[in-house]
Amino acid sequence: MVGAQMNLKAQALDPQMKGLIKLAVMAVGGQGGGVLTSWIEAVAQANGYAVQATSVAGVAQRTGATIYYIEMAPDGERAPVFSLAPAAGDVDILIAAEMIEAGRAILRGFVTPDRTTLITSTHRSLAVSEKMVPGDGTVDSRDVRVAAEAAAQRLIMFDMEKVAVDSGSVISSSLFGALAGSGALPFARETFEEAIRASGKGVETSLAAFGQAFSVASNPETPAETVVAAGSKKYRVQGSEKLLQNWHLLLRRIQEFPTEVQEITTAGLHKVVDFQDLDYGQSYLDRLDRVLGKDHAHEGFRLTREAAKYIANAMAYDDVIRVADLKTRGNRFQRVRGEMGVSSEALMKITEFMHPRAEELVGLLPVRWGRKIEAQKSWMERIEHYFCKGRRLRTDSFFAFALLYLLGGLRGWRLRSLRHATEIEHMERWLSVSLGYLDQNYALAVEVLRCRRIVKGYSDTHARGLSKFDRVLEGIALVSARKDSADWASRLREAALKDEKGEALDGALKTIRSFV
Amino acid sequence: MAERSFAKEVQKLKLGQGETLRCEGILAITKALLECGVGYVGGYQGAPISHLMDVLADAEEILSELGVRYEANASEAAAAAMLAASVHYPIRGAVTFKGSVGVNVASDALANLSSSGVTGGALIIVGEDYGEGSSIMQERSHAFAMKSQFWLLDPRPNLQSIVKAVEDGFELSEASGTPVMLMLRIRSCHVTGSIETRDNIAPPLSVKAALSNPQRDFSRVVLPPMSYAHEQDKINNRWPKAEKFIMEQQLNERFGPDRSQVGIVLQGGMYNSVIRALQRLGLADLHGDTQVPLYVLNVTYPLVNDEFLKFCEGKESVLVVEEGQPEFIEQGLSTMLLRAGSTVRLFGKDILPMAGEYTGQVLLEGVTGFLRKAAPELLSGQVLAPNSVAPSFPDLSASVPIRPPGFCTGCPERPIFAALKLVEQELGLHQITADIGCHLFATLPPFEIGGSTMGYGLGPASNAAFGGGGERRPISILGDGGFWHNGLSSSIGNMVYNRSDSVAVIVDNHYAAATGGQDLMSSRAESKSKSTNHPITKALKGVGVDWVRQIDRTYDVPKMREIIREALTTDYDGPKVIVASSECMLNKQRREKPLRNKAIKEGRRVEAPRFGVDEDVCTGDHACIRLSGCPSLSLKKLDDPLRDDPVASIDQTCVGCGNCGEVADAAVLCPSFYRVDVVHNPGWIEKLCTRFRIQIINWLQSRRQRGKLEFVEL
Repeated sequence: MVGAQMNLKAQALDPQMKGLIKLAVMAVGGQGGGVLTSWIEAVAQANGYAVQATSVAGVAQRTGATIYYIEMAPDGERAPVFSLAPAAGDVDILIAAEMIEAGRAILRGFVTPDRTTLITSTHRSLAVSEKMVPGDGTVDSRDVRVAAEAAAQRLIMFDMEKVAVDSGSVISSSLFGALAGSGALPFARETFEEAIRASGKGVETSLAAFGQAFSVASNPETPAETVVAAGSKKYRVQGSEKLLQNWHLLLRRIQEFPTEVQEITTAGLHKVVDFQDLDYGQSYLDRLDRVLGKDHAHEGFRLTREAAKYIANAMAYDDVIRVADLKTRGNRFQRVRGEMGVSSEALMKITEFMHPRAEELVGLLPVRWGRKIEAQKSWMERIEHYFCKGRRLRTDSFFAFALLYLLGGLRGWRLRSLRHATEIEHMERWLSVSLGYLDQNYALAVEVLRCRRIVKGYSDTHARGLSKFDRVLEGIALVSARKDSADWASRLREAALKDEKGEALDGALKTIRSFV
Repeated sequence: MAERSFAKEVQKLKLGQGETLRCEGILAITKALLECGVGYVGGYQGAPISHLMDVLADAEEILSELGVRYEANASEAAAAAMLAASVHYPIRGAVTFKGSVGVNVASDALANLSSSGVTGGALIIVGEDYGEGSSIMQERSHAFAMKSQFWLLDPRPNLQSIVKAVEDGFELSEASGTPVMLMLRIRSCHVTGSIETRDNIAPPLSVKAALSNPQRDFSRVVLPPMSYAHEQDKINNRWPKAEKFIMEQQLNERFGPDRSQVGIVLQGGMYNSVIRALQRLGLADLHGDTQVPLYVLNVTYPLVNDEFLKFCEGKESVLVVEEGQPEFIEQGLSTMLLRAGSTVRLFGKDILPMAGEYTGQVLLEGVTGFLRKAAPELLSGQVLAPNSVAPSFPDLSASVPIRPPGFCTGCPERPIFAALKLVEQELGLHQITADIGCHLFATLPPFEIGGSTMGYGLGPASNAAFGGGGERRPISILGDGGFWHNGLSSSIGNMVYNRSDSVAVIVDNHYAAATGGQDLMSSRAESKSKSTNHPITKALKGVGVDWVRQIDRTYDVPKMREIIREALTTDYDGPKVIVASSECMLNKQRREKPLRNKAIKEGRRVEAPRFGVDEDVCTGDHACIRLSGCPSLSLKKLDDPLRDDPVASIDQTCVGCGNCGEVADAAVLCPSFYRVDVVHNPGWIEKLCTRFRIQIINWLQSRRQRGKLEFVEL
């Protein structure tokens, strides 16, 4: 070639480049991306391919997003020149170990319709920014699904985390299985399995997860995951004949309600009866009747539906009695055993972390006494000092169980307690605020009901929730005369659920004050 | 004990002449060092060369068999200073650390070393932490080579070239009496491949033998007037010798046709990416045979005037591919062309971006842009006028949250910062400075503690301006790694001497954890070759800190909070130092999990903790997550139409560290958390007692059930 020609011309693509396979793994640190990479490298080598893998070690791997990259080509006389990192528009196989990481890959241009087989697990591993929001900060991954369908040449998508966990393995095994099953690499299944065997660690469980994922990925007929609708849980109700009879009487009352509100009211009734008793359920339905009387069919009974939901939540408040009751119920120990995957031969100790505050203990007292003590700082401090330490209770031991059991048994006393009076008062005030807006603005009344969502948590969190709730209602009062007041109410509520301190809410309130 | 063990892999270092070694970059480098007869090695860990330190540590036995001395140096400065052994003795030495921050720390020693010059080959292997995956500010080590006049190698990123660069580096160093820096990019350190091995060589003169015949020569000492002579020697002797060696040994490489209208000058480390761009344009084949002439600078400093001008001969335009900024190479080459009165047009950072990593996409666009201007006839019609339409799909920029690194599951540092956050909720916000190490993750949500990081071991030093006191005391964070690296003198000594009324929290997780769990002076593990178990508190007292508090279980959040509160409110107005110690969970699990599994298999009684959340009790306010951020503590949406927000949920990766329960208690959050201790292989008495207890509990439960309705989930 030397000096033959001064000016060079354009060339066609080297046909050998077609044999080059570029594969990137987008993972979250700690998901076993390194193991997966070494398996892929081993498979390629076993099949007579020249292969090169790269990774980034170090701090970036501590639970952060990270990329492993592999290139391979049939081995020949001369070594191919491989790239060390994936390039946009030039990735043949992209493996994403989590749904949002698939999104990140698409965003970075690593998934293109002309070449990329996208293999992604649909499960979510939430980022800190999603988890820490007081409301619901989780990102909707449906957009990623849509984008994946458009961007990938071939798409293999299922919950590989579940496949792995079900087999007692980790996701690297099921991703490897999905890769093998996809047929995107021109290698036989046995060579993949051999790579797992050769690595020598957790071979059986890895192979099980591999096999499961292989069969799902290699069978395009496998139906997409069925999405379970919310509220699909079914319950069996049991108790004495008399109790059941009364329960059915309450259910019959619900059947007289408009169909739109029946389902949610049943769920609400279930919650309040479980919280207290059938009479309490009766009073729940009485309150709903009051709301229903003012509601309209042409609004789809939205007001009653929201009331059914939030009155139930308000009536089933989280007091000491409820927590003690839930912690000592019969099915709880079984449920925990199942959730923790404890084998039947093993024993299980359960430690509860309780830290009641003076307010919660005083809340158990009769209304009059309670109010008196609550008003005296010195008394509250004394109670806090003597009774309110952090306590670790072993509910599998007799005495700790008995203590909580007795507390849980105070249910009969509850309706006379200060806490009950406070909760009911708060609820009635909230209901009357909502119904007060009803005549002038139906939508606003509905939004006010929804604001109940802000009140949650225990102790300080609960107090902060109540204060935010009050500020939201104040803000709503300021705009109540406006046509768009319902939009503002919804905006205020969303702002209140955005951050802990209520900075977003303060901002929204400031905006409101600027124009009223 | 480091995070990753190379004990098995280092055995491959014994391979001899003509055998094939398949491995990662770091192992290949170690093998090359042994083949070059290196006399001593050392360094300081830091990505991306942490694992090189781990390989050296695991290979210590093989090294000492050959008479090679291995030091795990206390810092990069200590590592660079160790190369002083090559000033007077004809012994080859190599040290490794990360660039550019490690080079910053080492720069004092490097400058002195460069002034003195070397007799034996001195090699500094730098892992350049630049571009994706980097954890530091984006700068170049290149500038240090230019200011101190040591030579910089940037080999093509494949194992053969890297191995050759080690040998070339030693020879260049000896030929020019100058230390040589071998730079490897992030992904090159861990790139896999094969090399053909040679026999290891014992150093002709070992450091041990050298002690029998000590050498000194004051003309090498950096003192006037010798230092003036050093400068002249660098320019008049060492530099020309280096240029001559580079040309004669052809350290820089030429690829492609001799003559063409255009050419590309590139750093060796950019070679594979440039070839990929040419491959995608149809201008290079799979094996890298290129249609565009390439001048590959495996030596990026010094630039060789004659060699470059010769490459430019007959060309109309040349593109310089130089990653990072400022564009030192491009400026140097421009001067050469200008001085030579050349008409060759130089392209570089005018087409390629000035800042940022040169990814595949950047280079494809850059090379295409260059050719479009300089030689469009080389581009195919498809490139010149693309006719494919980009697919349209939803914009995902809002749906993809950032995922920065964070504390691992069960990390013992989490409760320290949870406690600190709780104290701040009580006493108000404080002025807080952070340091380098895993604890720097506390500056991110959910903790957001600490607003600056000035360097390794400099946390308390960077709060010095506030040491005079005020309404609320300043707080600084320091890790055990940073403490021993630089913190003891620069931060703690500084606090003591200046009577600083401030609080320093030393996060002691028993290892240099962020870099991969290397041992430190204060590590609790016994080490065969290193001296460990030197408590930090002893050092603190030794330098005159009177107010010291040690906590040995950071997971005890109430206690942690109490100590921090005490430090912030005590009348004592001198420096206050809290040492918060608990073992790095990653290392602990790696050590204990296999032992536990073995014990369970053998039928011994084992208790294994894990946490859970009662979903009926959790109200979905996520307050616990704002004091944790643990990967195993996540959210789940309940199948309940009455609930709007997802509730907390703990997955199977939980290691039962206790932070959730402690925080729920200390912050009085909620009673949703519970800990389960699974007792594997319980004894018969224990089983009997448990059965008895369960019977009583069952009886009580069914008694209560009788009076009420029960809803049983189907």
